[in-house]
Amino acid sequence: MTSPPVSNSRLDTDRQAVDQTALTGYALGLGDDVLILAQRLGEWITRAPQIEEDIALGNIALDLLGQARTLLSYAGELEGAGRDEDDLAFLRDEREFRNLHLVEIENGDFAVTMARQLIFSAYQCELYSALLTSTDPTLSALAGKAVKEVDYHRDHATQWVLRLGDGTPESHDRMQAALDLIWPYVEEIFDSSDIVAALPGIAADPAAFRAAWTAYVENVIGEATLTRPTPKWRSRGGRTGYHSEHLGHLLPTMQNLHRSHPGATW
Amino acid sequence: MTITVEAVRPAPPTVEQLRDIAGSVPDPEIPVLTLRDLGILRDVQITADGTVDVTLTPTYTGCPATAVIAADVETALRAAGVDRLLVRTVLSPAWTTDWMSHEGRRKLVDYGIAPPGACRPAAAAPRPIGLTLSARCPRCGSTNTREISRFGSTPCKSLWSCLACAEPFDSFKAI
Repeated sequence: MTSPPVSNSRLDTDRQAVDQTALTGYALGLGDDVLILAQRLGEWITRAPQIEEDIALGNIALDLLGQARTLLSYAGELEGAGRDEDDLAFLRDEREFRNLHLVEIENGDFAVTMARQLIFSAYQCELYSALLTSTDPTLSALAGKAVKEVDYHRDHATQWVLRLGDGTPESHDRMQAALDLIWPYVEEIFDSSDIVAALPGIAADPAAFRAAWTAYVENVIGEATLTRPTPKWRSRGGRTGYHSEHLGHLLPTMQNLHRSHPGATW
Repeated sequence: MTITVEAVRPAPPTVEQLRDIAGSVPDPEIPVLTLRDLGILRDVQITADGTVDVTLTPTYTGCPATAVIAADVETALRAAGVDRLLVRTVLSPAWTTDWMSHEGRRKLVDYGIAPPGACRPAAAAPRPIGLTLSARCPRCGSTNTREISRFGSTPCKSLWSCLACAEPFDSFKAI
């Protein structure tokens, strides 16, 4: 992450009335989601079932990393403490990350990764569609760009869930097992938050697009001859810095180079 | 007898010339295309204090070529004698393949890459699952082609195979 960040931000007078702390937290939460998922997807490179999937998952990770750079740069700028995207990505510890549990859990098999991709990219499609009308110019500009990228991600995951779910008995069972494993992490996406409530017109309330998300995902699950799981537990706490053990294992891999060689550039 | 010699400096390039220079910079990943062909050079202005203000937009937010493109534009304009230069990258309005020039599309075909079709509707618009329009093979022109992967050698391309001439090819994704 050595090149200049992409940003449309302008400090303007409208910003005075906005809850800066909430906006910083909002950008950080969205940025951490895509940063951590980009890191997870990168783990598939050289390990995917086909070389085309190495490339596809690498490409999707790259899109997410681009979104993360914009969001984390913006969060750093709003925070005003002189931290840039690299400081936020590589020098924070586990409790300071604000991502959902969904993106940090281990990849599992390919079906687990595709179940997560379906759920997350369908969420991102709705999120960025809603942020198109955000009154925050940086968030709406990013949304205009990213909504077209995540549309491809959602298509990709949809194709795989259909193919595996409506495939052989083995692929069907593993796709169903993957959905069962992932589903406890769904509810957290739609939790209400003080941050979103403090940013009317700026943040997108996930509860407002839950119906659209459900319609899309359930349609795919139905077409794939799969069953929507009914989990007995649910994750919570990612947005306030409480994480599963998986994030603690991911961070050293992601941060080691930067921490071992401060200021290193390509 | 004294001879007065006035230093003759070349006239500074006009804004039209600067646009032409910046627009002629080749894309680092698909060098047959210029930035003008791609439609990612959004604006070149000369501000009141003489600074040349260049606005670029990325094809994808994570496109690694973005920084290289900005550096290439800077190199080209510096070579043309520009001292005060500001190269900015903005996300809005979001780049779309609809901004690619006809000339650019023709060059892509000659280069062996299927050009993008018309842009698809936005993500939120409902549409049937699994519909994929076929890309025309840039080598033999057949539309009897098959998508191998939605993601290709760069973020902006997908991977296809021609069932008529059996050659693989890249297709520029419509976004």
